[in-house]
Amino acid sequence: MTHIGRSFFLARKDVVGIVVLAILLVVVLPLTLDSFRLQFVGKYLTYAFVALGLVLCWGYAGILSLGQGVFFGLGGYCMAMYLKLEASSVENTKIQSTPGIPDFMDWNQITELPFFWKPFHSFPLTLVAIVAVPALFAFIIGFAMFKRRVGGVYFAIITQAIAAVLTILIVGQQGYTGGINGITDLRTLHGWDIRTDAAKTVLYFVCVALLFACILLAYYVKSSKLGRILVAMRDKEDRVRFSGYDVANFKVFVFCLAAALSAIGGAMFTLQVGFMSPSFVGIVPSIEMVIYCAVGGRLSILGAVYGTLLVNWAKTSFSESFPELWLLGLGGLFIAVVLAFPNGLAGIWQTYVAPRLGFLSGTKPTDPGAAPVAAE
Amino acid sequence: MFSDYSLTELGSIFVMQGFAGLILFSVFLLMALGLAIIFGQMGVINMAHGEFMILGAYVTYFTSQFFLNYLPSLFGIYFFIAMILAFIASGALGMAVEWLMIRHLYKRPLDTLLATWGLSLILQQVYRSVFGPREVGVELPGWMMGSLNLTDAIEVQINGLFVMGLTIAITIAVALLMYRSSWGKQVRAVVQNRTMAGAVGINTERVDRLTFGLGCGIAGVAGSAFTMIGSTGPTAGQLYIVDTFLVVVFGGAQSLIGTIASAFTISQAQSTMEFFLSGSMAKVLTLLGVIIILMLRPQGLFVIKVRR
Amino acid sequence: MSSNDDFPKKFSSTRRTFIQGMSLLPAASLLGTTSLFPRMALADTPPTAQVNTTGLAVTDSEVTVGILHSVTGTMAISETGSVQAEKLAIDQINASGGVLGRKIKFIQEDGASDWPTFAEKAKKLLVNDKCASVFGCWTSASRKAVLPVFEQYNGMLYYPTFYEGLEQSKNVIYTGQEATQQIIAGLNWVNKTKGAKTFYLLGSDYIWPRTSNKIARKHIENFMEGTSVVGEEYFPLGHTQFNSVINKIKLKKPDVIYAIIVGGSNVAFYKQLKAAGIDLSKQTLLTISVTEDEIDGIGGENIAGAYSCMKYFQSLDNPNNKEFVAAFKKMWGEKTVIGDVTQAAYLGPWLWKMAVEKAGSFDIDKIAEASPGIEFTKAPEGYVKIHPNHHLWSRTRVGMAQTDGQFKVVFETPDLIEPNPFPKGYQ
Repeated sequence: MTHIGRSFFLARKDVVGIVVLAILLVVVLPLTLDSFRLQFVGKYLTYAFVALGLVLCWGYAGILSLGQGVFFGLGGYCMAMYLKLEASSVENTKIQSTPGIPDFMDWNQITELPFFWKPFHSFPLTLVAIVAVPALFAFIIGFAMFKRRVGGVYFAIITQAIAAVLTILIVGQQGYTGGINGITDLRTLHGWDIRTDAAKTVLYFVCVALLFACILLAYYVKSSKLGRILVAMRDKEDRVRFSGYDVANFKVFVFCLAAALSAIGGAMFTLQVGFMSPSFVGIVPSIEMVIYCAVGGRLSILGAVYGTLLVNWAKTSFSESFPELWLLGLGGLFIAVVLAFPNGLAGIWQTYVAPRLGFLSGTKPTDPGAAPVAAE
Repeated sequence: MFSDYSLTELGSIFVMQGFAGLILFSVFLLMALGLAIIFGQMGVINMAHGEFMILGAYVTYFTSQFFLNYLPSLFGIYFFIAMILAFIASGALGMAVEWLMIRHLYKRPLDTLLATWGLSLILQQVYRSVFGPREVGVELPGWMMGSLNLTDAIEVQINGLFVMGLTIAITIAVALLMYRSSWGKQVRAVVQNRTMAGAVGINTERVDRLTFGLGCGIAGVAGSAFTMIGSTGPTAGQLYIVDTFLVVVFGGAQSLIGTIASAFTISQAQSTMEFFLSGSMAKVLTLLGVIIILMLRPQGLFVIKVRR
Repeated sequence: MSSNDDFPKKFSSTRRTFIQGMSLLPAASLLGTTSLFPRMALADTPPTAQVNTTGLAVTDSEVTVGILHSVTGTMAISETGSVQAEKLAIDQINASGGVLGRKIKFIQEDGASDWPTFAEKAKKLLVNDKCASVFGCWTSASRKAVLPVFEQYNGMLYYPTFYEGLEQSKNVIYTGQEATQQIIAGLNWVNKTKGAKTFYLLGSDYIWPRTSNKIARKHIENFMEGTSVVGEEYFPLGHTQFNSVINKIKLKKPDVIYAIIVGGSNVAFYKQLKAAGIDLSKQTLLTISVTEDEIDGIGGENIAGAYSCMKYFQSLDNPNNKEFVAAFKKMWGEKTVIGDVTQAAYLGPWLWKMAVEKAGSFDIDKIAEASPGIEFTKAPEGYVKIHPNHHLWSRTRVGMAQTDGQFKVVFETPDLIEPNPFPKGYQ
């Protein structure tokens, strides 16, 4: 998992950081946690994809989307549709009035597979759809809005409304989508039973591998010219525009990229948890995902992963011991991160810890995003 | 669907349906007014707006219990007192929140969104721990229940009329306060240029605090009024938040007229579609319509200048 | 609240008085249940190795079970009553000597009104805590989310809510009604006694109201004489504006409004109905989604006169129920009300205890096998029996809502209704 050999776009401290995270996720956690807890970590990591996308889109480009759950959900639904079709073979569903279609369709008197389900019989098409459908959707939203220079607060509220609409739509069209229950009872992927503990462990490592691929991609984007333009845009949009760049295109691109990353997370979520439901598409999960990113540090790619793990770990252990206190804790965390630690864990690390560790502070931040939180 | 009915029946239904649309309009406007002040004038995104409303609803509930137990003879007028108390309670909480939290964030509007979302989680849990997880039913005085019979077939809800009257009164009061009083001038001055406003001797901090408190107080009154038509529970505030923001954004955030126009458009669209379609589809289509119009015309219906 | 350790702390006074009270309760209420199985005397404690062959959390003196409901989030409103009922039942069972001589210890987890959290917590209860059974879930969505977990790790879930049917599992005992048990008798009653011919179906937009209305529509159109559906409509969960549909109802003038609206929407719907001048003493309204719990939020004066179709009402006049209501109020306060689901949740621990004692083992497979045929004669609703399909035989009752928030029972099926989760002719 070490990529020191081709670290042309990575600073030394980034390489160290990635290696440390890799050791943690690939060696330490699997060895110290039983498979039950490891599955939880696998689930949390799927949210880290979303947080990663948010670092690029919110931290670097200044676009706060409160609808990332939409893309997470779309990716997850694409995967779930494929798995559901596989689970609904004619033999498995022969007690239905129409065998061969998902059970919830049968309950809703649908007698034929709807056209938009048909492509999901094919695994390659599904893999394409997982990334393409959310990215396309993000493109439509982003193109319409950024070309008209909608930004900041307005963009946040409109994406939030989109999340609300999509939830109502999925819940309302239960014959086609499984309604509020979501798509449940998923069993096999290409004949491979995904419910066993062994399969869950394999999926965990697949998830980790994909996450590192996405992390490297994020570093690449950040270090490229595109990344520097994004930061410039966030801080002084007009100046970038006057320099001859089409600001909107960059924004659309990074928004689509964040959507695609979220969708990969969603698909991995479906595989590991075994179902997908509209409760991920809504407003609440979308905002929670923003907090993962904020806790980790909105400018830190690795911070997003740590933030996600930390918040979710706290959520699980808190809610096991003090369910009533958990919401107070989460709410307090939101406020504390915003008021006291706007750069999250990464900020704390850079200010208090890193200076004491010589080998890391050797390369002092030339990081273009390391400026304090942007004024909107 | 209309062939089976007589003309008088249809006529009275359309009158009543128009009235239903007006009630919905009043509800939307009442929800949005407080937010229009906070978001439109101060640029703060208050995600805890719904929770301020629910605080008003709980205050109403406790006032009604108090009157039932101690002053049953005055029960008929308790609602007016409850609304005043709701305004005070929510307004005071709002000013406290502004002092503790919001004033540090005026330069970072997106962060106010996160912080107030955190606040809304905390408030929900506090309501649940203090008032219990179950919903409470607010009993209304007899005269506010039932309907007026205008003709044999046309019936008009009294509490609907009450909400409409209240909305009109509050809207006029807000308009006067914003555009006719010296305090309103100060608020608008601070919005347009904080530094200059400070330089000419306006106490900007005080103006901010009072503006935020006023917005929250109006939310409290709205919550109080909504006990007549909706539920009161720890999480009921969340039901309103998306609608409220859309009304404000659709109207063009800084314009009071815009908020009124947008509440009117959205409510009429929704109420008409609800009559011809199922409630669920009507909601989806209304929201979609609003989103599409916002994509085409991001600045909203009425606008002074909205760009980051 | 990870275990019941802090339970006595929190409720120590109520609990102590409660246990004292229990000892004063007619001994029959406790002996009645145990005397069904005379071989299992109270002191009889078979060795653990013999009654627990699959590694569940059973020791010589204790058995651990799970309680899995939402205590936070939007569903906490509804699920609170179920948690209270389950704790009451566990307390009573412990006071009467436990299960196979073992005290029940419970671990409570919060589903947080979020389906994936339910799945996560179910897995924890089964894999980590090795719970011998789990009492929990409320919404269909949460049950669907945990069902694969229970089937994979072979756990046992007692599910209390009336629901849409179309499901049957070895690993679930459904202590609430499936849809036909709640719908058909009510429709027949309203057709016969009110002469109702036209129905307007309303519902919140999710699976339970839609499936229930589908069954209602089939019954109205195919199984009753001269009856028809004049409208059918759904609203998003949390919808609070019903004036438009109320106008439509006024236009169509149905004999019966058949409403399956849930949660906060319920409150808005009945308040607006009342405000619009629809007098429920003249306009028949039949619902299957309003229990005493919901009326607490709606306000009795807003819904008085509506008919609700359930299997249990707090006002049921039988000795079992009188004891149950008294014990419940003693433990949770005079003001708490008891709805249909609360009662069904109360059945869970008792039915599990009886199944364990009948099987002579805590093993899930043996309990699943032993469950059919178990009769609970001390059920507050009267008498229930587990069907081979793991649902309960129960009566259907119709109650008329009163201004004080209680129901007056106006109809009760003479016989127990057979549970039929996959009804022929209704799909």
